[in-house]
Amino acid sequence: MKLLRCPINGLRPVSEFQYAGEIRPMPDPGSCSDADWTDYVFNRNGAPGIKKEWWLHLASGIWFVAERNTATDEVQRTYLHGEDPA
Amino acid sequence: MSTRLPKMPGEWIDRSTPVDFEFEAERFQGFVGDTISSALCAAGVSALGRSFKYHRLRGVLSVANHDVNALFQDGGRPNLRGDVVPLRKGMCLAAVNTFGGVKYDRARILDWLSALFPVGFYYKAFHSPKSLFPFWERVFRRLTGLGELDFSVQRLRTPKRYDFCDVLVIGAGPSGLSAALACADAGAKVCIVDENARIGGSLTYQRGGEDRASALLHDLDERVNRHPNISVRPGTLAAGYYADHWLPLIEDKRMTKMRARAVIVASGAFEQPAVFHNNDLPGAMLASAAQRLIYRYAVKPMQSAVVLTANDDGYEAALDLRINDVRVDAVVDLRGNASSSAAAKLAQAGVRIYSGHGIHELRSKNGRVGAAVVCPLLANGELDVARPEIIGCDGVLMSVGYAPAAALLYQAGAKMRFDETIQQFVPDTLPSGIFAAGRVNGIYALEDRLLDGVRAGLEAASHAGFGAAAATPVARATGSPNHPYPVFDHPKAKNFVDFDEDLQLKDFVNAVQEGFDNIELLKRYTTVGMGPSQGKHSNMNAIRILAKLLHKSPGEVGSTTARPFFHPVPMSHLAGRGFHPYRLTPLHSRHESAGAVFMQAGVWLRPEYYAASGKSKVEAVREEASAVRNRVGIIDVGTLGKMEISGPDAAAFLERFYTGRFGNMKAGMTRYALMLDEAGVIIDDGVVARLGEERFYFTTTTTGSANVYREMTRLNTLWKMRVGIINATGGYAAVNLAGPRSRDVLAAVTRLDLSAEAFPYLAVREGEVAEMPARMMRVGFVGELGYEIHLPADGAGFLGHTDPSRPRPRHPAIRCRGAATAAAGKGAHHHRAGHRRPDDADRGRNGLGGENGQTLFHRPAQPENRRRQETQGATGRLRAGFR
Repeated sequence: MKLLRCPINGLRPVSEFQYAGEIRPMPDPGSCSDADWTDYVFNRNGAPGIKKEWWLHLASGIWFVAERNTATDEVQRTYLHGEDPA
Repeated sequence: MSTRLPKMPGEWIDRSTPVDFEFEAERFQGFVGDTISSALCAAGVSALGRSFKYHRLRGVLSVANHDVNALFQDGGRPNLRGDVVPLRKGMCLAAVNTFGGVKYDRARILDWLSALFPVGFYYKAFHSPKSLFPFWERVFRRLTGLGELDFSVQRLRTPKRYDFCDVLVIGAGPSGLSAALACADAGAKVCIVDENARIGGSLTYQRGGEDRASALLHDLDERVNRHPNISVRPGTLAAGYYADHWLPLIEDKRMTKMRARAVIVASGAFEQPAVFHNNDLPGAMLASAAQRLIYRYAVKPMQSAVVLTANDDGYEAALDLRINDVRVDAVVDLRGNASSSAAAKLAQAGVRIYSGHGIHELRSKNGRVGAAVVCPLLANGELDVARPEIIGCDGVLMSVGYAPAAALLYQAGAKMRFDETIQQFVPDTLPSGIFAAGRVNGIYALEDRLLDGVRAGLEAASHAGFGAAAATPVARATGSPNHPYPVFDHPKAKNFVDFDEDLQLKDFVNAVQEGFDNIELLKRYTTVGMGPSQGKHSNMNAIRILAKLLHKSPGEVGSTTARPFFHPVPMSHLAGRGFHPYRLTPLHSRHESAGAVFMQAGVWLRPEYYAASGKSKVEAVREEASAVRNRVGIIDVGTLGKMEISGPDAAAFLERFYTGRFGNMKAGMTRYALMLDEAGVIIDDGVVARLGEERFYFTTTTTGSANVYREMTRLNTLWKMRVGIINATGGYAAVNLAGPRSRDVLAAVTRLDLSAEAFPYLAVREGEVAEMPARMMRVGFVGELGYEIHLPADGAGFLGHTDPSRPRPRHPAIRCRGAATAAAGKGAHHHRAGHRRPDDADRGRNGLGGENGQTLFHRPAQPENRRRQETQGATGRLRAGFR
């Protein structure tokens, strides 16, 4: 079982976490074109690489960001949303 | 005839405790510490089973957990591996793959008919006529499969536990033991496991006729057992490698899930057989198998032996035989010019050494080896069969090389490369925190293995945060213990590569001719390595054969994928306890006393209907429905998700989260709320009640509550709005009271003004019900007057307070409510159990509205919600375009 580092609770087994998909910035719904909106809603980029993902530490309810290499399943770093390390 | 040797120093058997057992209706006696195979061998039984395909007699091959032709059935326990399973008192054993016992197996005729069953025959035959296929299917079903399952056996429960260490060392041979000591001396907490009953690895059996190995083992054993930082666990199999150094450790009756900071794989190597005609006769075995029998179990493996070798270990094995009273008639060396001190000793003792020779075939006598036919090797690597020499013997040792026991390294993601010098796959790059030591690392000389262990130990300790790794790498030897191609053709074949599946050299030639010339294809077509031993004695030779046929090197051919488990693990070790937790509402005991029949609804148990004596389910449901229509009914809706949100942005948050408008709601009113995903598909719904300017209470579907709450917390992580969100699902009980007389029932337990003017439709009121603080909502889902009442979970007994003179509410249950809502022509979404999403009727429907009531028509306040609704419209247009 993998270990994942919650920015608040530290290294914990992955069974304590829930994955909630890639973080994808939403286009401005008030002004974007239908094509842009459709692309945002229906298309996903499955190409392997380092992705920013939403993860939740279930036991404590902490949402955070994990930068994970989806080719090797290695988590590069985790941090709270909006507190991106430089 | 007993072949038990006099007491051996360090033997694993306890001669003071005999063990009686039965094998195929004969009575035998072994000792505590014996395996099934060693006890039978000690009693002079050399044929332990029949092979899988041709039903040939087979005996001991490895004594290292891949003697898969010596599988036994003991009552309800099938496929016990004779070479490793401890003998137990009262065992009643039979070989698994016979029709009538090992000696007179009726299927032995298949050996004579083997020409009819070439490799892959079942892919080609039996297709026509089609009508006969079921017949053939039955025939082969009967012939194949090992052991018999007893479905009446009791369920075995094995405990699981978690454990942690700094460094886990796998394999307690000289490399592993020295690694553990180096690690522990650096300060790391070390756990060392070994699948064998005792630690020591090759030190327990590869002695070369001397006492040095056992003296060294004695010293290492004492040091590791005395070391405060080392936990020594023999009889424990590291069965697989999982992410971040997480390994299942399997003992006889327990599984430990071990988390380590670093792992040292010192799992050694599997000795490999040579391939020649009749190399499978009982009495022909790996040199290490004979040495294990001698030193661990004090069993004399044969009376007179021919040793086939391609390394110095073969000579040492010959010395081990000689000092234990086995006559060594010849040492046949595939190499031309070998010299070692062991060879010199043997020559001095008059043992005939055939340099540059090989074994062309074995001849059988009384069901085991009777003679070896030795021929000189030609320059092209083939045997000169014109000059045979026949040497009588009843046993043959094969010592032609090893293959690394690298399964765990592969599973951990190690990259291996083929080292041409030592003719072995060795680790090229290892993943972080994984270290290899000893033979699995391509290091063979005993002194070098001890040094390599220290090196790996220091590196692993340093990785785990103890000390700095300063040890220098140990160079691999320049000589190879592994013969590059110990494989010899024979006109009569029966030169076995894979003893599990009875694969011969010609089968590989055929497979490659038919185009299966990639190692993965070859494996699947021939089934090499797919038997119970999973290629432990066959993969390396298969790779060599394929490489030769393709004129490539073994490194270019590569190896197949290694997957857990390393050895078979009993299902009982893996099975859990069938733990299925479910939730009960605060009213559960009341349902029970009302005769409820329960159903599972997601994680909840809910009443399906209330059984009344003499009434069928349908009748009971009808009566409940009619009570709701004509009088009053009450249903437990405590399974609904119940959330509270408060703060200056609470209304704005809800408008972003749901489709409707909530900012313009008056305090004291409720509004239906619909949740869409980004594609505009309905994913949840509920009722939002505004309790105050900045305070809302709302419900979600039963099964959606956890997800809705999580999604709210996630979105507010993103939006950072000024709200607090509480999931109060478990904190409240909730009932829906419905029917023309529901007001009368409620009036009996509350002082609140329930008149239509004071408490109109869609209003929410806070007050006391049965002297408990409660929230009441006038919402209806069945087309009748109704109230939804939420009150603290521990106050849910209010029904007991109803005035007996008033109409008694009936309990309509799920079935009834479905009937009632359907009759009312309304959706029943947020009460209906068992769906993650709203009702079947609404699920996946777009949020543009239409069928499901006015609420859907709310114009979303937020652009993203408008966009969500429009997305469905857009796809509608798109679909229209395709017409």
